[in-house]
Amino acid sequence: MVSLIALPLGIGLALASEVPPIAGIVTAVVGGVLVAILGGSNVTITGPGNGLVGVVAGAVLLYADQSGLTGAEGIYEGYLIVLAAVICSGLLMLILGFLRLGKLSNYFPSSAIQGMLAAIGLIILGKQFHIMMGNRISKNGSLEYLTEIPQTIIKSFSYTDSSLTFAMLSGVISLVIMVFYAKIRNKYLQLIPAPMWIVLLAIGFSYYYELILQLPNPIHPDYMISGIPEAHEIIANIPTPNFNKVGTFGFWSVVLSLTLIASIESLLSIKAVDKLDPEKRRSNVNRDIKAIGFANIIAGFLGGLNVVTVIARSSVNVNNGASNRSSNFFHATFLVVFIVLFSSELTRIPLPALMAILVFTGWKLAHPTKIIDTFKIGKEQGFIFLTTLIITISIGLIEGILTGILATGIIHLIINKSIVHFFRNILKPNVLMFKERDTNNYYVSVKNFCTFLNFAKLKRKLDTIPETEEAIIDFSLCDFVDHTVMESMADYKEIFRKKGGSLEIIGLDLLDAGSKHPFGLRKMLPVKKVLESTGVLTNRQELIKSIAKELDYSYTVRKKIETEYLENFIYFKTKTINHTYNEIGKKDTVFKAFDIEFYEGEFIAKEVVRATMFYTELDHILPVFSIHREGFLELIYHYAGFTDIKIEKEPEFSKKFYIKGEDDFSIQQLITPELAQLFLNNPTFHVESNGYALLVFTKERLAGTNEIKKMKVFANDLRNLI
Amino acid sequence: MTHFGTILTGIAFSPNLKANVFETLRLGSMLNAKVVLVHVGKKNDKKEQLVSEYCNVFPEFKENVTVIWESGNPVDVIINACKNHKADLLILGAAKRQKSKRYFLGAVAKKIAKKAPCSLLLFIKPSIERVPCRHIVVNGLKHPKTNNTIQASFEFANAIGSNKVTIVEEIAQSEVTIKVDDDKSLEKSTLLQEQILERETSRVSTILNEIDDSLKKNISIKSQGIFGTRGYSIGHYAKIQRADLLVMNKPEKSTFWDKIFPQDIDYILSELPTDVLIIH
Repeated sequence: MVSLIALPLGIGLALASEVPPIAGIVTAVVGGVLVAILGGSNVTITGPGNGLVGVVAGAVLLYADQSGLTGAEGIYEGYLIVLAAVICSGLLMLILGFLRLGKLSNYFPSSAIQGMLAAIGLIILGKQFHIMMGNRISKNGSLEYLTEIPQTIIKSFSYTDSSLTFAMLSGVISLVIMVFYAKIRNKYLQLIPAPMWIVLLAIGFSYYYELILQLPNPIHPDYMISGIPEAHEIIANIPTPNFNKVGTFGFWSVVLSLTLIASIESLLSIKAVDKLDPEKRRSNVNRDIKAIGFANIIAGFLGGLNVVTVIARSSVNVNNGASNRSSNFFHATFLVVFIVLFSSELTRIPLPALMAILVFTGWKLAHPTKIIDTFKIGKEQGFIFLTTLIITISIGLIEGILTGILATGIIHLIINKSIVHFFRNILKPNVLMFKERDTNNYYVSVKNFCTFLNFAKLKRKLDTIPETEEAIIDFSLCDFVDHTVMESMADYKEIFRKKGGSLEIIGLDLLDAGSKHPFGLRKMLPVKKVLESTGVLTNRQELIKSIAKELDYSYTVRKKIETEYLENFIYFKTKTINHTYNEIGKKDTVFKAFDIEFYEGEFIAKEVVRATMFYTELDHILPVFSIHREGFLELIYHYAGFTDIKIEKEPEFSKKFYIKGEDDFSIQQLITPELAQLFLNNPTFHVESNGYALLVFTKERLAGTNEIKKMKVFANDLRNLI
Repeated sequence: MTHFGTILTGIAFSPNLKANVFETLRLGSMLNAKVVLVHVGKKNDKKEQLVSEYCNVFPEFKENVTVIWESGNPVDVIINACKNHKADLLILGAAKRQKSKRYFLGAVAKKIAKKAPCSLLLFIKPSIERVPCRHIVVNGLKHPKTNNTIQASFEFANAIGSNKVTIVEEIAQSEVTIKVDDDKSLEKSTLLQEQILERETSRVSTILNEIDDSLKKNISIKSQGIFGTRGYSIGHYAKIQRADLLVMNKPEKSTFWDKIFPQDIDYILSELPTDVLIIH
């Protein structure tokens, strides 16, 4: 199935890159075979990638000019030099893979990458659009191709040569097929992918003319695919790469561009495909990069282009039930069979039809909604996106991505108004991870700031957490978290959720969101402003809200400073409560949970503490008591004149917990076997009574939403038992 | 055996003076130690009066306090005083970075800290009123000095009435030799991490067993393994656990390489997470 798409795409991409069409097929075959055998991912498909079209075509034409040869010979000369560049970029990727630097893209801000991809889309679209319309032109820069588009459209209505009109029609009809294919939900139609429909229709059309009308094909012969050799010729005519330019600066700039795009495109695809994998396996990225690098070297020697993991073909692969790497291998094998059997049929395909496929993929990469989405995340992200896009189109890829990184860095500095903070902390290890002994949660705390610059550190830690576990990421010691990180965190969350674990982010509630978008960057608010925060809910707040909705509880984000009702709990005797916030509660009775912020120590503001607690009022009088497992509160209760109470009936409970109170007898009465069991089952909770109400909490930090749910269940059971 | 027989502190007439002196005297009385206050610079009546006024607040402890007035280079004066009085513990105050709420050791204090021949206590927020120190975090590195450090922390905890001690085993990430690439290597590395943690926990519990039960009686003891850069991650841990005191080994003599690549203690000194006690 995948090879049905790979065939037209491979040929189209090769033609768009100004190299012989068979190069595209060679790439797909080599990539398919080698990466399937050596690679580390599971359901990906490798082959020629659309991101590279601009670079390859540019380089081929440049070297064709330099070679002094004209026409096809010059272009072939350029192609041979590009093959050498492909081999070198393969070597580079191999080295990257061995140095475990495969995750290069971790260091790039995501808006800049998006901008670069959109630029690549526009470059493809701009160039191929003219051929699709039957108007072959030659311009210097990608920008000129784009500005020429209206001209081409106008011109297409005034073709005097009907064969050009036919060529244009084949292109436009193909584009229409591409656009509407996804929208028409028909079982039979969807059996064959759109690009193959185009190929089939085109071949059918040509046979219709030849066999039924007995007429020559009406499409201009310049606009038909040429140069598809017979199978035996392919082997005989393997081109020899030309390494003459290895010493030049320009050559290495091409190599660098190829490597950069090939790795970024591959990594993004692998990441995306991993999410689609029905078995939720984790790809071995470094191994894949090594395999791709190796495949590049081989492909280069056999006359192919850069091998890249490609998203569109991979997702078709998954949709058709692929489960392991063999599908990549078979896609390559089928391609070989196709070429051996039908290579002569391919010459019946009109060029504009193939280019329509590329125009469509280009359009998808540079879709206007991408810009709108980026602006929604934040104006600054939109700015980074546009800067990268414009520089990439007008100057070049490497310059584009570098500008994007620089722009992001500068914007971060401007937002934070502090250069010192960044430079002082950039090299410090700012991530701490440990497994909490009592709950077995993984707890990750991030300090100072977390942006694309140091995200790799956090990522390295996160990658060592099995996705079936529960993880809590705490950003409360961070002053600044950028969009790249927020977006990746969302990805992690999804992976954890799909594999049965959970990953929760806490500590962002106090950071100001740059926009309403969940991926918007977060910056520490000056303390005063916290009370009137922007009204943008963090993810955690959204989740709390949904819990409230689920339970039919009310939810208030607003900070409440009326906290007198908490002050007669002994726990708060030595603490000053600032406010409670994120409160959810049962509507009629007093049964509520909230985040609370308080200072420790009466006089010297030791440190601000934020915690999540449950509070419930009872309709009968209770003794004043506290039950908890750890000894950390000993001192306060000691001062309060409390003594440790032995519960004779429940020796195990008595041994494991500190039960404190003034009135021994009534507390001994209170502890029933059920209650003791409840505590033994939930040993992490701290419970306190002030005589008429109960306070329940676990840790002196904010709880994740799962923890809130557990607390709710416990608090509810407790309330019923007491 | 006691680790804290004589406590020494430098006093400069900064706004923090009162708090510094109070903290030192209070600590001295709790540890039942002798206290030496060293003033660098000329003696004058006004200053002398002020110091004796402060000392009078602790009447029953007054005779244990010696005040020295000496001028010269503050680093040398203090280090010499430490040697002359056979001080066991030197107390230094930290500075606070403007705006960013972070504490660090000033240049002079840092020099003293590196040269000090005894244990060090770095206060980030000296206060006049007593702030109870409840939670102590101690490093549990695999190092010959660690036993002594843990022993000293328990003595300290008992003297000042802390009731929670957490021993943190910092495990360098490089010990987890398996790199996580895919599900299989993840499984292996998780297993390896568990094994390392288990090994470290049992090592720490042997150390704990050697400590006298009377010292452990009123204290809840926890141990926690963390993976991360030595010295830095324990500070981070102390901060998120909101520990009141962090106890660490004194590092080995610094070599040329240490100056280029910061060592554990440098991280802590450049950004103090809490009060820090460095055991010689």
